[in-house]
Amino acid sequence: MTAAGFPTAAREALGDAQLRRNLGKATQTIRVKRLNTIAELDDWEALREAGAAMKANAMARLPELLERLEERVTAAGGTVHWARDGDEANAIVAGIARGHGAEEVIKVKSLASDEIGLNEALAAAGIEAIETDLAELIVQLGDDEQSHILVPAIHRNRAEIAALFERTIASGQSLGLEPAAIAEAARKHLRAKFLSVPVAVSGANFAVAETGTVGVVESEGNGRMCVTLPRVLVTLMGIEKVLAEWRDLEVMLQLLPRSSTAERMNPYTSLWTGVRDGDGPQEFHLVLLDAGRTDVLADAVGRQALHCIRCSACLNVCPVYSRTGGHAYASVYPGPIGAILTPQLQGLDRAPTLPWASSLCGACFEACPVKIDIPTVLVHLRTRVVREVKRDWSAEKLAMDALGRTFASRSRYERAQRLARLGNGPLGRLPGPLSGWTSTREIPHAPAQTFRAWWAARAGGAQDGAAGGAAGGGDGRHSAPGAAGG
Amino acid sequence: MRVALFITCFNDTLFPDAGRATVALLERLGCTVDFPAEQTCCGQLHGNSGYEDQAKPLARRFRRVFGDAEAVVSPSASCVGFVRDHYGRMGEPFSGPPVYELCEFLVDVLGVEDVGSSFPHRVTLHPTCHSVRALGLGERPQRLLRSVRGLDLVELEEALECCGFGGTFAVKNADTSAAMLGDKLARVLATRAEVCTAVDTSCLMHIGGGLARQRAGVRTMHIAEILAAQE
Repeated sequence: MTAAGFPTAAREALGDAQLRRNLGKATQTIRVKRLNTIAELDDWEALREAGAAMKANAMARLPELLERLEERVTAAGGTVHWARDGDEANAIVAGIARGHGAEEVIKVKSLASDEIGLNEALAAAGIEAIETDLAELIVQLGDDEQSHILVPAIHRNRAEIAALFERTIASGQSLGLEPAAIAEAARKHLRAKFLSVPVAVSGANFAVAETGTVGVVESEGNGRMCVTLPRVLVTLMGIEKVLAEWRDLEVMLQLLPRSSTAERMNPYTSLWTGVRDGDGPQEFHLVLLDAGRTDVLADAVGRQALHCIRCSACLNVCPVYSRTGGHAYASVYPGPIGAILTPQLQGLDRAPTLPWASSLCGACFEACPVKIDIPTVLVHLRTRVVREVKRDWSAEKLAMDALGRTFASRSRYERAQRLARLGNGPLGRLPGPLSGWTSTREIPHAPAQTFRAWWAARAGGAQDGAAGGAAGGGDGRHSAPGAAGG
Repeated sequence: MRVALFITCFNDTLFPDAGRATVALLERLGCTVDFPAEQTCCGQLHGNSGYEDQAKPLARRFRRVFGDAEAVVSPSASCVGFVRDHYGRMGEPFSGPPVYELCEFLVDVLGVEDVGSSFPHRVTLHPTCHSVRALGLGERPQRLLRSVRGLDLVELEEALECCGFGGTFAVKNADTSAAMLGDKLARVLATRAEVCTAVDTSCLMHIGGGLARQRAGVRTMHIAEILAAQE
């Protein structure tokens, strides 16, 4: 992130009227659909509870489950690799591709691979990574950045995508605005790759320790092509994706599609266990990626961010995300989940403004299918940033210390109330630049009399020597026409 | 019934009318109201901004001030939510008397929905995030408002979306906050209500500040002021 971070990046995004329209429309549509789809299930809350319990259980038993997963995958003819960080994982994948003489690999949408910059690392090794998820392809062809977990090109509309394809894979051919014609251009481009490229790289939505099964859920079928057609399949997964038992999928496969695409069931669910003679890839590699996850696990409050199943419901319901879009978060994980995951994975000092990219309205927590209490983690991370990152003599810290001392004593507090009426003192100026408030809002007038002064006067008044003021009404109202004190 | 009023520093300093209306309403309904004058701030401003070290002593102060009360009532959902939920998360749980938000107290404890008020105006309610999601107030404010004589309650479109206040969010992310406020204001104006009300004056200060800047002619009032009114 840049030093200025989220507020500045958000301001730029908010100034883009086309982006605001695209995002507003897309998030609004999916919000309504999601509510309708979950309303169909009378046990939705029980499913959420079960999902949360499964993830908590898996995180509590992570070392044991990962070893079990390795054992099962190996027994089924696969090879398991352990990667401490992104560089190690990238080197493992590049090594496998190079070992097969591949100049290209086809890819199933994988956030973990984006997180560690796999495409760039492969390019540096002379291997071209071809995204096959339609939205990822749009982002890749446009040399763009993804802005949504599920729909990475949510910030692009149909006309922009048609123009992009005409410039690139359709080699100048005019496509028009019919979705079928635009999709056909992508289909032609991708089919040739599915049939010729020998190595595929996928992510994983889940891995089952009990059976050694790995799975991907998707809508297009392009992922299915990638995990079945090439001779070699490499799956890269964050270690937090592991589930204990096969039957856990019964819950997860209900929670995920309804929360992400608002579908009862996603169109394609691919599950594979090692390799099988004469059917599908003949070589399977599973790369288990840590990249900061065990550090996150050590934070008793923050660790629940690892429960995320990447459905993106929290993005769609977030009043901040639905206005700024994903780029302002400067991470492959945007929105509310990104605001708690990115600072923990990258380090608080790398993304110190993200925990404040929320009004703490709680819409994310309400929508999360595995009940991640995002507002609580946001406040927890704010506390950590204040303790671990912010300088002790910053203006904000000094102001907050002064306010703390004011509230610690009745007499200091009442003195501050008197000063506030004159627009001074610790209560007169809240932390943060005041112009941020006054650019769009009036400041309320301090009332002639505080509540406690009124109370003291009413009760006889003698004991209150402090926050007095003339009797009479009027409070902190704005000078709106017609405003009247009670 | 005897109740201790937790006014909140925000209402005490900036919106005393909400507090006076709360007192008038509770007394009209037969309660004896105490105001422990040692109260200052519950610590929400610090706690939600990451200053837990400064918020904890305020939680302990709250315990000293209100620990012996029979029941605590407050005209702020957001501060009540902080006391109930966040004190425990900071390791300072409040184990004293029950702490009620005003509407909750009226409906659940006193068992009234018709509080005997009259307010012949067109009103819309912004259900604040903390009242809905942290406290689970549900339809209590609407039920109280519907029982007010003469009051025409108009539903706000996308009512459950945040107004963009969020404490220090409003200044730290002023542009995003303003974008959220802009949409909220447009929906308030679309109701053609004379008054926009809520259970938190903090959100109302934000919404009212925007309405005043636009010279929209719509007033903001805390729900207690409407429930105390006898126009």
